[in-house]
Amino acid sequence: MTEVAYIDRPSRALYFYAILYLGFLYIPVLFLPMFSFNDNIYIAFPLKGFTTKWYMEMFNNQPMWAALNNSFNVACVSAAIATLLGLFGAKAVTRYRIPGEKPIIFVIMLPMVVPYIIMGVALLILITQLGFDLSLYTVTMAHVLISVPFAMATLISRFEGFDQALEEASTDLGASPLSTFWRVTLPLVFPGVLASFLLCFTISFDEFIMAYFLAGTDPTLPIFIWSQLRFPLRLPGVLALGSLILVVSFVVVFFSQWLRSYRVEKTQPGI
Amino acid sequence: MNETTIEVSALAPSPKSWGRRLYAWYLRSDALKGFTLLSPTLLVMGLTMLIPFGIMVTISFWAQIGFEFDTTFTLANYGEGVEQPLYRALLLRSLAISGTCAVVTVLVSYPMAYYVAFHVHKHKMTWIILMTVPFFTSYLLRVFAWKVILGYNGVINSGLKGLGLIEEPLAFLLYSPTAVVITLAHAWAAFAILPIYISLEKIDRSLLEAATDLGDGPVKRFLGVTLPLSMPGVIAATLMIFIPTVGDYVTPALVGGPDGIMIANLIQAQFGLVNNWPMGAALAIDMMVVVAVISLLYIWLTRKITEKIA
Repeated sequence: MTEVAYIDRPSRALYFYAILYLGFLYIPVLFLPMFSFNDNIYIAFPLKGFTTKWYMEMFNNQPMWAALNNSFNVACVSAAIATLLGLFGAKAVTRYRIPGEKPIIFVIMLPMVVPYIIMGVALLILITQLGFDLSLYTVTMAHVLISVPFAMATLISRFEGFDQALEEASTDLGASPLSTFWRVTLPLVFPGVLASFLLCFTISFDEFIMAYFLAGTDPTLPIFIWSQLRFPLRLPGVLALGSLILVVSFVVVFFSQWLRSYRVEKTQPGI
Repeated sequence: MNETTIEVSALAPSPKSWGRRLYAWYLRSDALKGFTLLSPTLLVMGLTMLIPFGIMVTISFWAQIGFEFDTTFTLANYGEGVEQPLYRALLLRSLAISGTCAVVTVLVSYPMAYYVAFHVHKHKMTWIILMTVPFFTSYLLRVFAWKVILGYNGVINSGLKGLGLIEEPLAFLLYSPTAVVITLAHAWAAFAILPIYISLEKIDRSLLEAATDLGDGPVKRFLGVTLPLSMPGVIAATLMIFIPTVGDYVTPALVGGPDGIMIANLIQAQFGLVNNWPMGAALAIDMMVVVAVISLLYIWLTRKITEKIA
């Protein structure tokens, strides 16, 4: 052990650097809740005093609640579809030897390396050329497209730690493929499924670039926030909402990351 | 005569057993079962990605007349994309801003990833979560936060004023390409840390021990072993920041000002105010092709260089 230690010996300089880096990551974000409690319509220093009136204002903002509701629905549906598609894809890729597997995975992962504006524009052209109206459904479709690669990546890593023998044992003992999936496979990969759902949910919930092109008259929350950023008088209310979302997403992300890291071995049924 | 019919009927089994045989063959074939499982995912991705791409390419060869398309084939949009100095300038600026942002973010994030990979032994997961959580908060609000920090009455200006270091607020902080680079670097940091961290974490520690035992100092060990082995992560991180940020129009619109406007703002305008969809499609394809060529060149170059060093 001591042999390893001289390579891994603690470095004070790096530690300070890491703290600084975390500061760079967090401090800009933390200005949002700070100004949401500031008793001044303008988002600027000096601070004027403590108030909760922006939160009161936020609770009475009907269009904002409508936008929040739209985003929630879009995120739930697109995350569910993307996770289901990711589940099929990840299972197929990890369980079976498929000829041409690499190019297929490349196509599925492509949205990760194509600028969103290009996919947004392409979908916009397709939908209008087909004569469909832009709506929350078109936004949902776009969000499924960008979420599937993340769902696949999350679930593939889950399936890779999966003991195939358990499924085989279930089949050998006479279980149908469906009941094997339902009673053996699903419980084992469930933390991965949940993590994938939450990841896809956060991606969709926050996505603006494509939604801006593809939403019709019903705005999602980021589109609503975008429209508010131009009106200084509405900003404190947006900051209040942003702070609340911040707290909720911290909790959700912590939970989903914890799920992701939750070891496969720990969840194996007691045999 | 009679004999042959018997023979034929024996050779051609009834449809039912054909179906059974096919099913049995299907059950034995891994590839087929795999394809069946994959097909829904592939179908959806194909429908929502490849088909729209095809139509976008088609439209880029058309022309806009009022609210209608003139569907006769023309290369005019691409010609204009190359000839117009504004388009060229914006594309070059976007590449410069995103390239700078990618390089800066990777350089700044490398030591952080290194620290977590090699020097954190307890609560590694907590560090990783801490590094990724800000990434999941609203992108728009994170960009807006930088407007608050860099603005005329923002955090930096009022702070410096309060300290008596400046008398008038520094106007150049906000609405500049620098502001766009800083904001993007902050917004995309998680995409740099994670791939680098993963590639560092994969390095076999015994290789480092071997290098040390053979007399390499810390610097030589890092340059000879750690850095080359972590290059896949560095390449992935650079591309995962460079590619999406070229297509960002939110950050330039909020903190870029007239000097920080990027190609994506122009593309967006073609589908909005300007209302010239074929031109917008052509510009989008131009951008995609240039980005793809640069990315492939970058991958090729870094591979060559790493091979030479290692």
